[in-house]
Amino acid sequence: MAFSLHGVHLPHRKNTADTAAVAMETPKTVTLPMGMHIGAPAVPVVKVGDHVDVGTLVAEQNGAISSPVYASVSGTVKAIVEQLQVNGRKLPAVVIESDGANTPDPAIAPPTVTNQEELVEAIRKSGIVGLGGAGFPTYVKFKVDPAKVEALIINGAECEPYITSDSLTMTQRADEMADALRALETHLGIKKVIIGIENNKKSAIAKMKELANADPCVQVVTLPAVYPQGGEKVLVYHTTGKVIPAGKLPLDVGCIVVNCTTLACIGQYLKTGMPLVDKCITVDGSAVKEPKNVIVPIGTAMEEVFAFCGGFKEEPGKVLYGGPMMGVAVADLSAPVLKNTNAILAFDQKDAVAGKETACIRCGACYNHCPFGINPVALEKAYREGDAEAMEKAGADVCMECGCCAFICPANRPLVQNNKLAKVALRDARAAAKEKEDQK
Amino acid sequence: MESKLHISVSPHIRSKRNTRNIMLDVILSLLPATAAGIVLFGGSAVAVVVTCIAAAVLSEGFFNLIIKKEQTVNDLSAVVTGLLLALNLPANIPLWQAVIGSVFAIVIVKCFFGGIGCNVVNPAITGRVFMLIAFGSMAQAAFPVDSASAATPLVELSQGNVPDLLELFLGKNGGAIGETSVLALLIGGIYLLARGVISWHLPVAYIGTVFLFTLAVQGDLTVTLAYIFSGGLFIGAIFMATDYVTSPSTPAGKLIFGIGAGVITVLIRLWGNYPEGVSFAILLMNILNPFIEKWTPRKLFGGKKA
Repeated sequence: MAFSLHGVHLPHRKNTADTAAVAMETPKTVTLPMGMHIGAPAVPVVKVGDHVDVGTLVAEQNGAISSPVYASVSGTVKAIVEQLQVNGRKLPAVVIESDGANTPDPAIAPPTVTNQEELVEAIRKSGIVGLGGAGFPTYVKFKVDPAKVEALIINGAECEPYITSDSLTMTQRADEMADALRALETHLGIKKVIIGIENNKKSAIAKMKELANADPCVQVVTLPAVYPQGGEKVLVYHTTGKVIPAGKLPLDVGCIVVNCTTLACIGQYLKTGMPLVDKCITVDGSAVKEPKNVIVPIGTAMEEVFAFCGGFKEEPGKVLYGGPMMGVAVADLSAPVLKNTNAILAFDQKDAVAGKETACIRCGACYNHCPFGINPVALEKAYREGDAEAMEKAGADVCMECGCCAFICPANRPLVQNNKLAKVALRDARAAAKEKEDQK
Repeated sequence: MESKLHISVSPHIRSKRNTRNIMLDVILSLLPATAAGIVLFGGSAVAVVVTCIAAAVLSEGFFNLIIKKEQTVNDLSAVVTGLLLALNLPANIPLWQAVIGSVFAIVIVKCFFGGIGCNVVNPAITGRVFMLIAFGSMAQAAFPVDSASAATPLVELSQGNVPDLLELFLGKNGGAIGETSVLALLIGGIYLLARGVISWHLPVAYIGTVFLFTLAVQGDLTVTLAYIFSGGLFIGAIFMATDYVTSPSTPAGKLIFGIGAGVITVLIRLWGNYPEGVSFAILLMNILNPFIEKWTPRKLFGGKKA
């Protein structure tokens, strides 16, 4: 590849690097929302009063892109409530009261996998979704014609500040990753596996190199620690040199990209048959007393996880699902840890508020740091003027909302927010144009 | 819901760069040239610098006050404009002219167009060109106390005399307060590059073009070096042409801007009526800037959506 894509140098703040994960005590209740993945929400199959064990199916997937949900504690279904999600949507959530016993479901057994179809079905049943944060149902990625797959890319970049849960997966769960790779190589005929890791994760790189030495298909690619190295299109380009066209998927250039923790969870499921019920997450941020990596049952309220980490130094001003660059701010500390949560961060009041927005000085930093060459200033102008063509030209379709532009902007302008608004406006303009066309 | 938690769109962290500390970097980078000007031209240089900065800041402050706009003098951009204009004036300029030039630069060129980020042309450059045309005194350059010549180097060169290169590099020659010492300007330029405030593309393209074009015409290395060390080329290429608002954002655009400014500078210097062409060259390229921006977009990764 000729050039590296642009990006920004971030403070790493990997305060929890190379510390062992600590399992949290079982919470009294867990809340399992039906929309912990991209795609159609799952549909509850339990009733209030039903007894469930760890790993019991509580909601079945609904449609081609969806994912089932399993009980993360043993106990009784207490309620099925309508819950407000961070995206503003209201969805049902199954609330389970724990009996404290954590009894595994007796029906759980390792799946039998002898071909691609059975492997895909096993991954579907595991309830695993993209654990790097995206939450795309993982099985869908493998429901493909194996001839089209040239390379499987394992995303171990972990380019967001603070988060170390993926590094921990690579150092602690290499065996499970290797098991999953073996199954994928056998049943999908994958001959090339590339593990991409940022160069600031020395122990993860060492461990993955051991894995690569034992498996001739696997190679480790060390990448500069430049954000957003872990962005799917960025990673594919920097590991294979292939450019994924706008609006296309990695498979269109012969690649499948899977997060390293997702891979480890596949390995674990194939070995034990226990679906995705807990998650190792990084708990950090300036308001957290004792930052650490915690193994948490899915559905545990954030406030309980923070309490497990010594509570807060001061009342937090902002709490996030995920990293500080792409994470989502939550309004309520009772929000549960989701399948695709890789970190929860709490910031003090000082870090909670961005600096004052001032006039654009046309320094071009946003434009020159965008990995994809989007011109945020032109996009902002096009959006304000409602000019769909100019929005398209400035790159509204290409934006992955990585946040480099807004991070680097000396005038503190809300550029990601603008890009998001522009995307919606462009979609609406296209729909309106199409409607007009159809009426003719 | 009563929640004390802040909700905002990502990202949730910001870089430490802001408009004010960028402007502060520019001011710091101009200090060597300012110091050199004061050493060379004495107390009258101090008076011009102080007058221009005060006039620039006060006129922006009053303008905002009168039109009830949020106060912007704290961003230090008016200080930069005042300082840059002062460094482009001869030390012996009457102070009332310096005041008028500064007020013109800030009020007419910057504030009338909407303030910081909205001006079409560089305020300091335009202020200088305005003064050049309005006041005859601008043509009378000041000279350092121990200057060997009574003419500016560009005038000397046009008469076929080649000034001493080392003297030119250090700045012991006639000219504006901050433009004569190439050494001091280079130190400031390196600081700006190191701090990431500017990139190399524009200054290198600009000075490089002037060098090659002059060499091609003059055919003599010493004469060519004397030309590029003279006049306002270094202060213009490093500090004025690189103004964010009025120069292109992409490397390709910066190169085109630099080459264009270089060609115009040499055309004016060698064949025009004025001995110096840097201000006019940058001003003309400022006007072309929107077109250059349009011609030199970055390529979208993955192209447009099919």
